[in-house]
Amino acid sequence: MNTELITQVAAFIWQEADMLDHGEYAQWLESWTADGLYIVPIDPEQTDFANTLNYAYDNAEMREKRVARLGSGESISTSPVPRTVRDVSRFRVLANDGTNVSVRCAQNLREFRKDVLKHYTADVSFELVRSGTSFLIHRKVVRLINSTDTLQGIGYIL
Amino acid sequence: MTNKTDAQQALTLGDRVQADRVHTSLYTDPAIFEQEMDKVFSSTWVWVAHASEIPEAGSYKNTYIGLQPVIVVRDRKQKVHVLLNRCRHRAATVCEGKKGKTNSFVCPYHGWSYSLDGALRGVPHPESYADQLEKGELGLVSLRVEEYAGMIFATMKNDIEPLVDYLGPAKKWMDLFMKQGGGYPIKVAGEHRFRFPGNWKIQLENTTDAYHFPLVHKSFLSSVDKQTEEMLDFVTGSGYVEDLGNGHSVMVMIPQLVDLEENLDAPIPARFAELADELRAEKYSEEEVRRIVRAVGGSGFNLNIFPNIACSMAFFRVLQPVAVNETEIHHAVITMDGGPQAANQARLRLHEHFQGPMGFGTPDDSEAWERVQKGASSGKDLWIMLNRGLAGEKPTPDGRVSDVSAETGMRAAYQQWKKLMTA
Repeated sequence: MNTELITQVAAFIWQEADMLDHGEYAQWLESWTADGLYIVPIDPEQTDFANTLNYAYDNAEMREKRVARLGSGESISTSPVPRTVRDVSRFRVLANDGTNVSVRCAQNLREFRKDVLKHYTADVSFELVRSGTSFLIHRKVVRLINSTDTLQGIGYIL
Repeated sequence: MTNKTDAQQALTLGDRVQADRVHTSLYTDPAIFEQEMDKVFSSTWVWVAHASEIPEAGSYKNTYIGLQPVIVVRDRKQKVHVLLNRCRHRAATVCEGKKGKTNSFVCPYHGWSYSLDGALRGVPHPESYADQLEKGELGLVSLRVEEYAGMIFATMKNDIEPLVDYLGPAKKWMDLFMKQGGGYPIKVAGEHRFRFPGNWKIQLENTTDAYHFPLVHKSFLSSVDKQTEEMLDFVTGSGYVEDLGNGHSVMVMIPQLVDLEENLDAPIPARFAELADELRAEKYSEEEVRRIVRAVGGSGFNLNIFPNIACSMAFFRVLQPVAVNETEIHHAVITMDGGPQAANQARLRLHEHFQGPMGFGTPDDSEAWERVQKGASSGKDLWIMLNRGLAGEKPTPDGRVSDVSAETGMRAAYQQWKKLMTA
């Protein structure tokens, strides 16, 4: 087992998680390749995300718009801003060709907003591309374990 | 000991719906909710599916009429049945899962099995019944089903008017809405499901509420191009709301997008220029390109069909009451069945942009509705004001019309509610 690689990808993914929990969106937007996709599917078995309905299917333009909306103060569902803390663990490297690394991990997120504490558990897949001493995200797919259930508004980035 | 005030007790159900207002208890009183399940949802036509959701023999969908679980299923002869999802033996549901395909329905508890039309086919170990089990009378309860423009409705009442009479002038708007197939049949290709802690009528009202759009959806409007933002600036525009009778109404927000087969020569909006080029590269004719591109953005109106379905610009809005203060909503995405992949991808992305728990629109609607329910628990003797646009309301051949942000559609729905609840 390549524990050095797991340490490297874990450090990168933890950093991303920390950025999202602390609203460091400008830096988060720079963590992506130009053609990167952020996807939150509905169907847990789905792989053809482009041709199916998702909760989110964001290219660079949509990620920027999502971030702008979260910080705009124009949206009553995100003011007050929800507070989140997420734990990411159970990292497993699925593929590594020296440049591209596929990683799967578990994410447990707690959200608090307006008297309500919510919990979202997800299986998260990353396709990372080496960039200098770190990585860029080429694809992030967040599969909520209750994605087929009725959800309420998620006013942040999973 | 009752917790109702004297003023509330003095009001009959009929008193609680006035020409220009409704009583707050319509949102908050569990006893009224219970009556609605019977007098509204079990007494009128209720939408259960679009035909594309059950495309083949054996395709089924599970849904509800009011609080009663039902199965919508297509049998081997392509006939659609709506069956109460309840084994006639000891009541267990015989079908689970949102959608699927099956040859029969078998109760998991004792193995009673039913065919796709609901007939009881067999029971395990029948000898204990000594040949006295009336199988012909113990089929799944089958409801009256009628269909218009691919929209399947069912009713628990056998003596009400035919569906086409119930829909009345709403039919022509349904026909117009289906033109967003762009020359292809319409297909439901998934849905966003969400719940909000509030009464179902709060959502019903919202479908013909243009007034909230620029305020609640400011963050969405900030995320679209200038041309789209101007198109969606309809509150001061020439649109209108029309009462179509039987609680149905239409809100025309963008009059130039009422008929998607008209004005095909109009310039293609900037946001669809890339899609048009992609279709041209795929050898679609200029006329096809224009028809498809014009259809991609959806219709310029919301048609509210009482009590639970709306044809809303580019999607179907399905309303499912859960409790007096809990409602489930489905926003079903519509694609062009067999249409160009690029156009369907555009429709999917447009839907994701506004709808769903991570959309730029729905969560803000949901927050507003939640706050209506919360506020409605204060001042229980107060009224919900629905008098906007009343002064300018005029009769039309189909009903009554007023300006685009008039509460005419809501008044129409509440008059139908009153008719059913006091019948």
